[in-house]
Amino acid sequence: MRYRTLGAVAATVAAGLVLAGCSTTASGGGDTGERTITVAYQKTSAFHQLDDLLQKVKPEFEAANPGVTVDLQPIESEDEYFTKLALMNGSADTAPDVIYEDTFQLRSDAAAGYLLPIDDYLGKWKDWDQFYDAAKEAGLGDDGKTYGVSMGTDTRAIYYNKDIFAAAGLPTDWQPESWDDIMSAAEAIKAYDPSLIPLNIYGSKSAGEQTSMQGLEMLVYGTDSTLYNTDDQKWITKSSGLTDSLGFYEDLYAKGLATPLDLALDNTIGSRVSTELLPEGKAAMAIDGSWLPGGWIEGENAWAGWENTIGLAKMPTQNGGGDGFTSMSGGWTLAVGAQTTSPKTSFDFIAMALNQENSLKYDTENSQIAVRADVATSDDYLSYNPTFAFFSDLVQYTHFRPATPDYSQISSALQQATESVITGDATAKEATAAYDAELTKIVGAGNTEAGD
Amino acid sequence: MSVSSPRLRPAPRGAGRRRSALLSLSRSTPLIPALVLLVVFLVGPMAFALWGSLTNSALSGYRAAKPQFIGLDNYTALFADKDFWNALLLTLIFVFFSAIVGQNVLGLSLAVLARTGSKVLSRIVSALVVAAWVMPEIVAAFALYAFFSSDGTLNAALKAVGLSGVSWLIEYPMLAVILANVWRGTAFSMLVYSAALSEVPPETDEAAQLDGTNSVQRFFLITLPIIRRSIATNLMLTTLQTLGTFGLIWVMTSGGPGTRSSTLPVLAYQEAFKFAQVGYGTAIAAVTIVLGAVFAILYIKILKPEVES
Repeated sequence: MRYRTLGAVAATVAAGLVLAGCSTTASGGGDTGERTITVAYQKTSAFHQLDDLLQKVKPEFEAANPGVTVDLQPIESEDEYFTKLALMNGSADTAPDVIYEDTFQLRSDAAAGYLLPIDDYLGKWKDWDQFYDAAKEAGLGDDGKTYGVSMGTDTRAIYYNKDIFAAAGLPTDWQPESWDDIMSAAEAIKAYDPSLIPLNIYGSKSAGEQTSMQGLEMLVYGTDSTLYNTDDQKWITKSSGLTDSLGFYEDLYAKGLATPLDLALDNTIGSRVSTELLPEGKAAMAIDGSWLPGGWIEGENAWAGWENTIGLAKMPTQNGGGDGFTSMSGGWTLAVGAQTTSPKTSFDFIAMALNQENSLKYDTENSQIAVRADVATSDDYLSYNPTFAFFSDLVQYTHFRPATPDYSQISSALQQATESVITGDATAKEATAAYDAELTKIVGAGNTEAGD
Repeated sequence: MSVSSPRLRPAPRGAGRRRSALLSLSRSTPLIPALVLLVVFLVGPMAFALWGSLTNSALSGYRAAKPQFIGLDNYTALFADKDFWNALLLTLIFVFFSAIVGQNVLGLSLAVLARTGSKVLSRIVSALVVAAWVMPEIVAAFALYAFFSSDGTLNAALKAVGLSGVSWLIEYPMLAVILANVWRGTAFSMLVYSAALSEVPPETDEAAQLDGTNSVQRFFLITLPIIRRSIATNLMLTTLQTLGTFGLIWVMTSGGPGTRSSTLPVLAYQEAFKFAQVGYGTAIAAVTIVLGAVFAILYIKILKPEVES
């Protein structure tokens, strides 16, 4: 009896293993007949605009392409979106067909073999001519092939609360000329009301890329140093600009002018800045991206009268040198997963999701800087949001992140360095040294050079 | 051994040995499926993890497509990394205070009190303690996050009695996660010890009472020696469970602030999935397995006579 039971168990397990082996090939596909394409994208409490867009496109695409089912798979995570995406891409069973992909992650994921080159499809897509060259470049992989279609770009600046500024005796048309100006404004706000957060600048590991791009890099690219020497293709160690930038965080936290740690280290900090800290007047200043007003214009976090309260200031360089101001630009793309069995259908879905009408919907609702000429110049776009002119104007000062496949890992090292400073675990100098060590570990000593 | 002994009884011994070997082989045949399952689902993944820790595999980038074999590089980098030693120390602190001291002592005390206290009260207390344990880890973790966070229950209660709160998860992250793990895990020890205590024969207790011992003496001289095997088993189980605790710490502090509550499992997750260095993270996991094995061997060695007798 016992033998028989064990035998049955063993047989069942063996059958299970065989079945598991089969299922990888049984997913079906092709570009004709019955087929399903899965779309993996991000959705958070503060970011619903892409979900809105895809919910609109899904029925339209299914109606236009009989036999196709679009399976929308939102990933509701602020800080672990790319981890989940990478894990989904680890198996052909779960690998998505269409992927919402950040431009900084695109080179890395293309190198990993997660994305499909789409140049052949783009060549036959008449709309492709409408995209600006910079947007086309954003979708390039290390091998020069195109892996993503740009949805829009963005810039970054300082949001400030004009009501608080007025009450604290600061000008309501404030424009700092150096980091010191920001610091003294923050001090004035603290003096006016110590319960307010004078300035939110992302600094934690849990804030992910926000810490690198809206935080540290907004400072570093305003110094005389940089992170990566594009001419020599070397990463910079011993950067005085990085130490100074981390020193800005150090000062800010030492003087109690930043977001308290319990909030700053929370992994919902990104959403809370745009849905709580700014609208509820808890933070006086916040360095953040151009897309914030998109959430205030409509949707569940709509904020009537935001344009009367919110002021915008350009981010100054360290001492007002260089162009005087700085900004960072990124943006997201839609890409085709390398393991798709329906590449053409997947691309067609992207082409529909980013046609003139849908790009306009997305770029306006999510406050993107449009990258299609027929959207960027249309009256519908220009008249939609009063901040578009300001943020588009920042393009002249803007910087892009180093376009290398290992940037995403290096970015994590930057976040680690920043968090060690704001938590007081390291001084700016120590954090720079720790970053240098981590950087060298990632890229190898041969790919670094000492900065100034 | 004498050379003559085979000559004295050659046939029976050889044949007997062969027969008993055959017999034990045929008797262990039913174990083969279990053995195969163990190898496939337990040894297999562990060997695979060990192999992964010898590569520079990553979540994304070129090394995701083609990881290279790099020998022991991950381990040399790990042992030179002060974050690793910090994590090891925090892990030992976490295990010692939350499992060995917290869960065991508190669990035993509760079990003893429940036996001597009023029936109704002890049942209510037991139910409350067990409630913390039956909760799924993630639910318990969120409950504790809500309790310790800056605008959480604890600070609200402190405020109500006129005390100013502290940002527990920021100022005392280790204390918070240790208390959380004690809160969550004590029920297990309490149940084990309740069962063990009910096996203590009342006669021995009564006999000792007649000899004029007080209750403290009886507890240390009679009860503890009788339940020592349960203590050994429970120590081992709680230690190994606590060593692998991840969800609780991740939800409450994410290992922070900085690295101030990054135990080994948290560090492994951080390196593998946040920093995308899967090979390096796997090396940390492998070290954690070794640490667990060291604990297990230590307990078995130290408590061997107790476990086997």
